Amino acid sequence: MLKTFRIGGIHPKDQKISAGSAIQPIAIPNQVIIPLGQHIGAPCQPVVKKGDTVKVGTLIGKAVGFVSANIHSSVSGTVLKIDRSVDASGYRRDAIFIKVEGDEWEESIDRSPDLKKECTLSSKDILDKIAAAGIVGMGGATFPTHVKLTPPPGLTPEILIINGVECEPWLTSDHRLMLEKTEEIMVGITIVMKALNVDKAIIGIENNKKDAIGKFAEYTKNYPGISIQALKVQYPQGGEKQLIDALTGRQVPSGALPISVGAVVQNVGTILAIYEAVQKNKPLVERVITVTGKDVKQPCNILSRLGIPVAILIDMAGGLPETTGKIVSGGPMMGKALATMDVPVTKGTSGILIIPTLEAKRKAMKDCIRCAKCVSICPMGLNPTLLMNLTEFEVWDGAEKQRITDCIECGSCSYTCPADRPLLDYIRLGKSKVNTIIRARKTNA
Amino acid sequence: MSILLTAVVTLGVIGAGSAAILYLIGQKFKVEEDPRIQEVQEALPAANCGGCGFPGCAAFASACVKAETLEGLNCPVGGQPTMDKVAEILGQTAPMTVKKIAVVRCNGTCESRPRTNLYDGVSNCTIAAALYGGNTGCSFGCLGLGDCVESCTFDAIHINPDTMLPEVVEDKCTACGACVKACPKDIIELRKQGPKSRRIYVSCVNEEKGGVARKSCDVACIGCSKCQQACPFEAITIENNLAYIIDDKCRLCRKCVPVCPTNSILELNFPPRKDKSPKEEAVTVDA
Amino acid sequence: MVVSPSPHIHSGDTIQKNMYGVLIALIPAFLVALYVFRLNALIITALAVLFCVGFEYLIVKYLMKKTPTVLDGSAIITGVLLAFNVPSNLPVWILALGCLFAIGVVKLSFGGLGNNIFNPAIAGRIFLLISFPAQMTVWPAPETAGAVDAVSSATILGNLKTNPELLPSLQTMFLGIEAGSLGEMSALALLLGFCWLLWKKIITWHIPIAIMGTVIIFTGILYLFNPIPLYHPLIHLFSGGLMLGAIFMATDYVTSPMTKKGMLIYGAGIGFITMAIRLWGAYPEGVSFAILLMNAFTPLINNYTTPKRFGEVVKHG
Repeated sequence: MLKTFRIGGIHPKDQKISAGSAIQPIAIPNQVIIPLGQHIGAPCQPVVKKGDTVKVGTLIGKAVGFVSANIHSSVSGTVLKIDRSVDASGYRRDAIFIKVEGDEWEESIDRSPDLKKECTLSSKDILDKIAAAGIVGMGGATFPTHVKLTPPPGLTPEILIINGVECEPWLTSDHRLMLEKTEEIMVGITIVMKALNVDKAIIGIENNKKDAIGKFAEYTKNYPGISIQALKVQYPQGGEKQLIDALTGRQVPSGALPISVGAVVQNVGTILAIYEAVQKNKPLVERVITVTGKDVKQPCNILSRLGIPVAILIDMAGGLPETTGKIVSGGPMMGKALATMDVPVTKGTSGILIIPTLEAKRKAMKDCIRCAKCVSICPMGLNPTLLMNLTEFEVWDGAEKQRITDCIECGSCSYTCPADRPLLDYIRLGKSKVNTIIRARKTNA
Repeated sequence: MSILLTAVVTLGVIGAGSAAILYLIGQKFKVEEDPRIQEVQEALPAANCGGCGFPGCAAFASACVKAETLEGLNCPVGGQPTMDKVAEILGQTAPMTVKKIAVVRCNGTCESRPRTNLYDGVSNCTIAAALYGGNTGCSFGCLGLGDCVESCTFDAIHINPDTMLPEVVEDKCTACGACVKACPKDIIELRKQGPKSRRIYVSCVNEEKGGVARKSCDVACIGCSKCQQACPFEAITIENNLAYIIDDKCRLCRKCVPVCPTNSILELNFPPRKDKSPKEEAVTVDA
Repeated sequence: MVVSPSPHIHSGDTIQKNMYGVLIALIPAFLVALYVFRLNALIITALAVLFCVGFEYLIVKYLMKKTPTVLDGSAIITGVLLAFNVPSNLPVWILALGCLFAIGVVKLSFGGLGNNIFNPAIAGRIFLLISFPAQMTVWPAPETAGAVDAVSSATILGNLKTNPELLPSLQTMFLGIEAGSLGEMSALALLLGFCWLLWKKIITWHIPIAIMGTVIIFTGILYLFNPIPLYHPLIHLFSGGLMLGAIFMATDYVTSPMTKKGMLIYGAGIGFITMAIRLWGAYPEGVSFAILLMNAFTPLINNYTTPKRFGEVVKHG
């Protein structure tokens, strides 16, 4: 029996058509737009000004406050301006525009492909290097990694969990990374284990990526403490809490962090970035992005520099199909629909999914038939239809009691609903309202 | 006959007993209440809209009775007459209030603000605003999904299907402020209704630089400060590339209106201008 | 381009798929009814469906002034289930009245599919049972037994209390060649339908198994102390409307609880009330009353049962 999480879950079609396509680097365009807010937390303070020359890896945005991450130039060239540019949500936010000239890297960066296994740094040095490199959670959450690797006082991590699940349909970027950068990831894991001072790590991979599981199995012998666990395919297994449950059988209590059960979860992409930052001095300037979709001519996995507009990536995958109805940044379950293709690639962009017109629009909503399918598939054990009603009628105390704040916004409820009800839309609204109320209560108390 | 008698007696006893119990309970749990609260409440419009800042008319009534003066207490729905009546009951004088009205500060109609994408989700501004900037190039403007309409208890605000913008019905609007709170984009503002309902306001909340704002909407304020210069009363401020007319300083001279290159300052209920103003020229700005 | 909140894909599940799935599950029972009651079964079922769909269409269109959604299949199910719950020789006008009550009063006056408190078919059946007790409790004998004339005959449950010597064998009961309402004949056919529903994930096992389990345990205990046919668990399981009610009517989405825990409580409640009525009540059969009563409790059950929350499971490992 393969392991999996114990509550709810759905089985959307895999659709991983780009799994066989090797990671290919992108041709750098003439200009990139690097947003100053690419992570959860405070946006960066720009440290360059118009006319400055930058190289690949030059610090251009400095983290402000504890929960924030540095931003580095992904190209070499001249800073054109610091201005607002449209982001994935259609709002205009501050960004640094850089004119590309050549491809010159900072000297400190080791660009050789050689594997560097030894790491003699102390835990603190490793964390400092990670913070300096501006690494954030690359599964899409974009939470600054050095913060996540700093356990709050009183809690000690016991186990490191590596998320190689990639449970979103269509996406294959993590899958390709695991196949092509297996040993780098293994070394990255040892580094993080050292930083956290834990002696056990489990890599969780869903069973639809047997080749990746096999590849890791070859290496685990040489790396004591690291084991690999194949998981039953089920969405949302890549959710932090679900993955911990699946791998360790521990369930993170409501409102608590994974560290409360001794677990720290890191995505494989993040681990690779950590390896490159610590061993090769390379800051986070590029990432792998899957460009895919039903009518996309060449679904592929692209190693893209940050700041390149989405349109260029789509061109690389054979151009925008005529049937395009919707462009999603991220996977189909939790990704964000883009209003324009001028949006630049950021640290959290895991994929570009192009959905044909016929499938782009939702069907009309009908009355709830109380089939309770949403209740049975909710991975957090919530009652989505009740939460939607409570939000619609603004019963905030009721929604709080029904634990609306536990929702991980995985979208399984809306996906399942036979009456096409926009359950998650409302729950998201209610969740943010209830969170505001809770915060207000805390500050008043 | 005896059956009839039994029935009458039994029922009578039950009735009397119940009455006694009810009376006793009523006495025991009696709540002493200032009778004036009831009186004040009857003088209020009973809309329970919350526009006064209290959860309903009853709460407002008891607040009025408890308060030493009526300063700061106002029923926006009933306005001055209602407050005068309340003051009379309480033997006080009501402070003078200024009649206000809700104003929608976005004039980005379908023609002046082309749609750049299609929103396909719940028809709810708050949800759409949390998702993204909106279905036009302007991420500040009205989404037209009607949260304000939903919030209005007086049927005083409606979405015009031609412009997809909300319109306030002057006679019905009570300035309770529900729509102001409901709008996630903070577009609606309560402004002085003005003499004969005449009022002037900047109908735009776009804080982008002129070029960007103008590109997304023909009638966007570009923060050019021409109105500021034209204003003889220093009633106009420019902040974040956006002009704002301060209600208390504006004397409704209308000098700012014709100078605006994008027609983003609106004047309402004024008689037509006598002299040929330069306003006509300004209209011919291309898209 | 379209912009919408996530998720951007959908399972493709629809109300229709679920409703027609239930109809498919009813086919075996319908075939048995055809075999036992011949043309009458077809006529009664077809008419009931026609009435239900017709009434729904007319009421929604002309009284509620909305677009009728009769094709979602729920009215068809109500029709079929109501037909399955009446004797095969019920006068047509009574059937029509039942359909009108089920659709017009029980379903649409509450706002239509999804908003009704009681299962329309059950309520329709009870309405008929109370209004026309004579017509509703005279069952024609199975036509297959060689009897040409439809002779009124008592049902198993009717005989159980009064003359247990007339009981057919358990096997006959299981297969369903017996007197009774249209669709409640064959336990086997209904169980086939149950398997289909489970396989297609249209319903979960909780409610039917809770009902059947309660009935078996309840009668089993009595049978241990006093082994007479009246207390025989299998007789109760295979007779009357228990199977039909447990599998198709108690599991109605709209009127049953939403949580697993709630479903078990609801099922156990139905089983208990059914047996209480069957053993100690005036009516020989109690499934429909039991379901109707528990329908009324559904909101309460929903209120007091919450799904198993993530993070409340006992830690291990």
